[in-house]
Amino acid sequence: MIGRQKHCIALEDFSREELLQVLDLAVSMKEVLLRPIKKVPSLRGKSVVNLFFEASTRTRSSFEIAAKVLSADALNWTSASSSVSKGETLIDTARNLEAMRPDVLVIRHSAGGAPRLVAQHVACAVVSAGDGAHEHPSQGLLDCFTIREKLGTLEGKTLAIVGDISHSRVARSDLHAFPKLGTTVRLCGPPTMIPAGVEQLGCTVTHDLRTAVEGADAVVMLRIQHERIGDPLIPNTREYSRLWGLNARKARDWLKPSALILHPGPINRGVELSPDVADGPHSVILDQVQNGVAVRMAILYLLAGGDPAEATA
Amino acid sequence: MSDVIIIEGGRVIDPVSGLDGVRTVVLRDGRVAEVAERADRPSGATIIDARGKWVTPGFIDLHVHLREPGQEYKETVATGARAAVAGGFTSIVCMPNTRPVNDTLAVTELILARAAAAGLARVYPCGCISRGSSGEELAEYGELKAGGCVALSDDGKPVMSSSLMRRALEYARAFDLPLTVHEEDLALVGKGVMHEGAASTRLGLKGIPGQAEEVMVLRDIALAELTGGRVHIAHASSAGTVRAVREAKRRGLAVTAEVTPHHLSLTDEDVASSGYGTDFKMSPPLRSAADVAACVAGLADGTLDCIATDHAPHSPVEKDLEFDAALNGVVGLETAFPVCLALVKAGRLTERRLIEALTASPARVFGLPGGSLARGAPADVAILDPAAEWLCTADRFHSKSTNSPWKGRRLTGRCTHAIVGGRLVHQGGEENS
Repeated sequence: MIGRQKHCIALEDFSREELLQVLDLAVSMKEVLLRPIKKVPSLRGKSVVNLFFEASTRTRSSFEIAAKVLSADALNWTSASSSVSKGETLIDTARNLEAMRPDVLVIRHSAGGAPRLVAQHVACAVVSAGDGAHEHPSQGLLDCFTIREKLGTLEGKTLAIVGDISHSRVARSDLHAFPKLGTTVRLCGPPTMIPAGVEQLGCTVTHDLRTAVEGADAVVMLRIQHERIGDPLIPNTREYSRLWGLNARKARDWLKPSALILHPGPINRGVELSPDVADGPHSVILDQVQNGVAVRMAILYLLAGGDPAEATA
Repeated sequence: MSDVIIIEGGRVIDPVSGLDGVRTVVLRDGRVAEVAERADRPSGATIIDARGKWVTPGFIDLHVHLREPGQEYKETVATGARAAVAGGFTSIVCMPNTRPVNDTLAVTELILARAAAAGLARVYPCGCISRGSSGEELAEYGELKAGGCVALSDDGKPVMSSSLMRRALEYARAFDLPLTVHEEDLALVGKGVMHEGAASTRLGLKGIPGQAEEVMVLRDIALAELTGGRVHIAHASSAGTVRAVREAKRRGLAVTAEVTPHHLSLTDEDVASSGYGTDFKMSPPLRSAADVAACVAGLADGTLDCIATDHAPHSPVEKDLEFDAALNGVVGLETAFPVCLALVKAGRLTERRLIEALTASPARVFGLPGGSLARGAPADVAILDPAAEWLCTADRFHSKSTNSPWKGRRLTGRCTHAIVGGRLVHQGGEENS
């Protein structure tokens, strides 16, 4: 359990204390990851099934490594298609996997709400590894972890999230987490990529990149998916990168020297981020990847029934 | 069963005559014989004690999906008619999106034969606007009308071609048939699965703005003006639609509209609070609280003529899925009365207007018999217990399907008796829980 949460499906459900429980435990988990022998017996005899209905390399590998460092057995189940017209329903797939008695089911699916549907039909803990445009809770937590680690605190900080907010589950998880931890969130993107009523989640919205990033302590740059071009949400990548992409000149002129640049990956170099910024001094993108393992270790450990006091013994 | 039914002691609400008071209703030979302060009890008459209950004309639903032919595992004409009378509906109009669709006499006749065999609610088929509901060519309205169709619709699909819609409205004038139109601009709907707003943003589901409906309503109002055809707006759901229909009526155009119990009572936030509940997925989608308020106000002031359920049965095969993948639609015949009665209890609708919107108004819109307790009217009667509380559970449904957003909720108000053509076809609902 994470506080009162049996599952990790949506950070919307998480209280500040529950978020902090994961983040604090992830600090110890990261220490384990940095040891020469990266293995603790904390989840020995437990099993984690990664059920992926959408292509993913980074997130699936991250969950797999997290499970293995904790000595849990990890099984990857990748479905070629999440279409109901082909083969069994999601509920049937989940029940079949449940019959193999995993302790945690990690699910990625193209449909928002799919992990919640699975959770209603299985007894084990369910972790969302991203569902449609709904949430990507472990990504939201690793963003919090990374910024907190670099800046010391999230209280009183300002975060800008730039890009296609409409289709971004990362943005939604960030929006449900950061304000609870004292961080102000600004959203930025073309009006066609700002979803209806998003201000009600407690953020401000601007369409001007400079307004969004000036004075911000951290900036999350979202990936622009190629299928959105001509959707028609934006005219082309050229105009997008000129107006909403970050290059070295804009970074130099507009960003605080201490500002962090995050990206959930994979990057479209030259679209939302120029290569020199992606690899430059503001970037903490690779820290995010490493921290992602630590955060997922914490999530798996807590949901598989581990005692927080004995996590890294 | 005797030829005479006497309903004693009930509060008779008959909006057509303006009657609202305790009366005795005498039904004889399939007709309303008398509504009086008191009446004799001829020997052999069936006496129904309606003290504490409402006695109204049988409800009329202009929008029901019966699924036969083709998807009998969801509903048949007989089970749908059974659900209808259990909900107080003595007449229902069934939409043509069966498999095959009702664009030919053969399908119309099959539906009517099944309805006659069931002997429950009166069933009036609605024929297709376009052949195959494909939106390309006109269906044969003359044959459909001769077979018994009372309206035309491609329900489930909007008629996207403005030119076909124009010709359909013109051609239907020869048969005095109204067109029931499902109003959605499919380009604006896109891959949307719920109303576009803060709730869809939180859930990460693709949204459909209310304007997807409104732009088509405005188009069809313009075409009604051009053609003189009768446009009936199916399941109005947006504030913009209510505004557009109000303006069209002010201008004297032949435009009418219906609204469903769910669009009068549930919002997009219910999709969120249900946790992506697919029994909250329908087309058009549950909209914002402001849209719901506009629909209720529109029903109260007569802009929206009548209540129609859009009863749309689906099995778990279509519903126990991801929200994106689940089919649209909810059953509604057996919950319409209590759900709408709650609006009366909330002071947003008068009792008389509620009953009118379920009886006289739909009869007028499609020109159907019934909807009144005038002497000589068909003996179609609903007896309702407005105080009966019951828990809505899957096993309470007479419909084959139970895809209802009210499952698990306590409802107040039940139909205890339904009489069609002087025959008592439903009796129940006495048991409270």
